[in-house]
Amino acid sequence: MTITEKTIQSQKNIGWHGKTLKQMRKEIDEISRETGHYAGLKTLPLKESYPIRYEKIFSKLRGGVVHARETAKRVAASPIVEQEGELCFTLYTPEGDSIVTSTGIIIHVGTMGAAIKYMIKNDYEENPGIEDGDIFCNNDCQIGNVHPCDVHTIVPIFYEGELIGWVGGVTHVIDVGATAPGSMTVGPVSRYDDGYQVACRKIGKNDTLLKDWLIESQRSVRTTKYWLLDERTRVAGCHMIRDLVLDIVKEEGVDTYKQFIREVIEDGRRGFVNQVKTLLIPGKYRQVSFVDVPYKNLDVPPYARVNTIMHAPTELTVHKDGKFQIDFEGVNRWGWHSYNATPVSITSGIWVMMSQTLIPNDRVNDGAYYASQFDLPYGSWLNPDDIRTAHSYAWHFLVSAWSPLWRALSRNYFARGYLEEVNAGNANTSNWLQGGGYNQFNENHAVNSFESAAEGVGASAVRDGINHAAAIWNPEGDMGDMEIWELAEPLLYLGRSIKPNTAGYGKYRGGSGYETLRMVYGAKDWTMFFMGNGYMSSDCGLMGGYPAASGYRFEAHGTNLKERIEKRLPIPTGGDSDPDNPEYDTLMEAKEIIRDKQSITTETIFENYDLYLNYLRGGPGFGDPLERKPKMIEDDLNEGLLLPRYAESVYGAVVSKNEKGKYIVDEKATEKRRKKIRKERLKRGVPVKEWMEQERQKILNKEAAVQVRHMYAGSFALSEKFANEFKQFWNLPTEWHLSEDELGVPTFGAKINHQKKTG
Amino acid sequence: MAQYDRKTIEELIDGTIDFYKLKEMLSNFKDTDRFDKYISILQERVPWDDPILLPAGLHLYIVLKPDGKRVVKCDCGHEFCEASDNWKLHALIHVRDTEEKMVELYPKLLAPDPEWQVIREYYCPNCASQLEVEAVTPWYPILKDFEPDIDAFYNEWLKRPIPQVK
Ligand SMILES: [Zn+2]
Repeated sequence: MTITEKTIQSQKNIGWHGKTLKQMRKEIDEISRETGHYAGLKTLPLKESYPIRYEKIFSKLRGGVVHARETAKRVAASPIVEQEGELCFTLYTPEGDSIVTSTGIIIHVGTMGAAIKYMIKNDYEENPGIEDGDIFCNNDCQIGNVHPCDVHTIVPIFYEGELIGWVGGVTHVIDVGATAPGSMTVGPVSRYDDGYQVACRKIGKNDTLLKDWLIESQRSVRTTKYWLLDERTRVAGCHMIRDLVLDIVKEEGVDTYKQFIREVIEDGRRGFVNQVKTLLIPGKYRQVSFVDVPYKNLDVPPYARVNTIMHAPTELTVHKDGKFQIDFEGVNRWGWHSYNATPVSITSGIWVMMSQTLIPNDRVNDGAYYASQFDLPYGSWLNPDDIRTAHSYAWHFLVSAWSPLWRALSRNYFARGYLEEVNAGNANTSNWLQGGGYNQFNENHAVNSFESAAEGVGASAVRDGINHAAAIWNPEGDMGDMEIWELAEPLLYLGRSIKPNTAGYGKYRGGSGYETLRMVYGAKDWTMFFMGNGYMSSDCGLMGGYPAASGYRFEAHGTNLKERIEKRLPIPTGGDSDPDNPEYDTLMEAKEIIRDKQSITTETIFENYDLYLNYLRGGPGFGDPLERKPKMIEDDLNEGLLLPRYAESVYGAVVSKNEKGKYIVDEKATEKRRKKIRKERLKRGVPVKEWMEQERQKILNKEAAVQVRHMYAGSFALSEKFANEFKQFWNLPTEWHLSEDELGVPTFGAKINHQKKTG
Repeated sequence: MAQYDRKTIEELIDGTIDFYKLKEMLSNFKDTDRFDKYISILQERVPWDDPILLPAGLHLYIVLKPDGKRVVKCDCGHEFCEASDNWKLHALIHVRDTEEKMVELYPKLLAPDPEWQVIREYYCPNCASQLEVEAVTPWYPILKDFEPDIDAFYNEWLKRPIPQVK
């Protein structure tokens, strides 16, 4: 009677041919690994026999998911979703591999796939069950997310009792009930401060959200109205896409659809390999980036009060067969801050970046993933070995860790002559203006300005980077309308302008950043904080260009602006254009004016008429600034992108003003000055090997700030290879070592230590 | 497949290319003969005759010497080292590791703090071109950032022999 039991069993299973999803997942992985082709597809029979039909199905699906995003976002009230387009929908196979995605925050192609795979791995088929009409929710980072404020809605798609796929929708919500208001708050140092976390939970049945879910979720976050409408946005989009898939199945037949979703992923894999071979060169490419975590004086638990630096070395290997490998060996330990990342966020993020350079088309799916390899050291900030880690602003370093990969790719493009593709890197996408309290409508409220979706772009080898234009995490970035932000935030605009000297200098400069001056107005019980790089620039120039400027913060408390406005006296407006010679301070009195490199702060009380400067960063430059055309320097000066004294010191330009007050660069005199600067370079330049001897002495004496030593010690502990290469490069004695224990800072949570303590 | 004339590629190198042409270039599939046109223009422009195997930076090339060695060479003629070595180790360096040196580049509040990060400038010892800039923590090893497998590139991807000494 075993046959009957088996039959009953298979009738219960929702996978294809009576299989469980777990079986299907295992089979796909095995056959893809064994054959080197997704699902073992050495040929693409559907695409090859019916190319037009194949493209038609693709266009319908792609058009459908893009359309669903555009339509659904109108449901949302949050300007993050509605103005900035911080949402995305993706269609998956039953096993959780992505088939096609919409525009928007496409990092979630990977994260929602990880959530589906988690449900499969944990036998959700058995309990809580996966049925037609179910709705699932996830925002747990260690299951599959970037940070908790990206909330996923996941819906299974059934056809005649069989699961034929999943659709996922994600929006970036304004608040998740973390330690402080705002979606990516500073303050959490552990998972338990990071806000409401939903771990792949069934939240709806028969296409209806369950009441206990609605009640609990809304009682767990500050901005209930936005939360609810965001969720309806996601559900609406998912259902539109489910209907579309079922229409296609009806038209084309379920077998054709099943074949299509396999082939389109293998096609994506082939397309990626083809792009690698067209644009790159086999070889190894190395680069590094950093970002500051200045927590020593922050109001956080004592074990988190450490100044440290996050470290992201990468080695890109382009293999002869077109395989693409990125090795992060040498990254340092995770920390007690909210900038930790998960493997799925770093790999998915790299695909977001690749979709803007190496694979700039609509065929972004898991095919590329099957053609690549990522090595992500366990215990590091991008693969933590502890469930306690916080992630609310994982982007702080994700965006910086990818910036060097632009340089790796760009060196390849440059060598092959594809100069138009060269990009010196991406900006650190900060500052994040966040906070909350009671707003101008007397509602419990949180704010999270997405003006940061428009930062300076990196320079190319052909032209300057675009000013205040984009953010690496959303290829369709937009700074949003001031009028809309003023509705969403009790903060009036006193200025919005380009910030001079924020773009990295070069033959071609990076795109300039900008700044907005906000005055608190109509708020109650209001706090805000700053979140960005300050002591360090997290990018770097390329081939002689400079990094973009680093960060600082400006805030003013207890101002007399109310009186000045009543008396119609001038008040600070526009930008803090030259922070060395501040002008705001001459137009008001205040109990406290802060201009400081500390650009990460926890909640600070802001009263009405207090000021907050939101400074959005520039992009890195390309090539020696002495090769910049005088006309371009003239334009930079006249457009307010560059302070005149740096036109002279950085570009060697000889500048004067004409009778109309316009800047003129004297070409001949400039050429002469540049010759002089070249001579000065030869005079001040030291042969590298001589300089290395001096630097070696400093290392032997351990002369460096504690945050620098902390960074190295965290990397050495995780990687013997990195430690050995470091010692080899500096020719250090074998007994030299540096450990976290000797730094006099707390070492809570430090577990893995590969460093040998001999000698 | 797209194709561009020599003049267009020259304009691309010179940064004088028309925006719409550039935009089209970005949107199109790549032209397969780009590398050849590019190398031939670069070769024509440098004042020396060593065949260029691969450009290695804005002024740098990996060239083939008459004795068969592959060398990193500046367009001014300065030869740094063999391609297997790291040219940066043979350059001049200027490290901005004090506030005084940083404020020559950025207003004080916009500059990296030298306790956290220094800026290293690498110059050609002959023509003084700034060939690379690094923004790193103190003590950071000098990375070899570009290590192409030239043999595999020519033989297996371009499917042709590597240029020989004439
Ligand atoms: Zn030179």
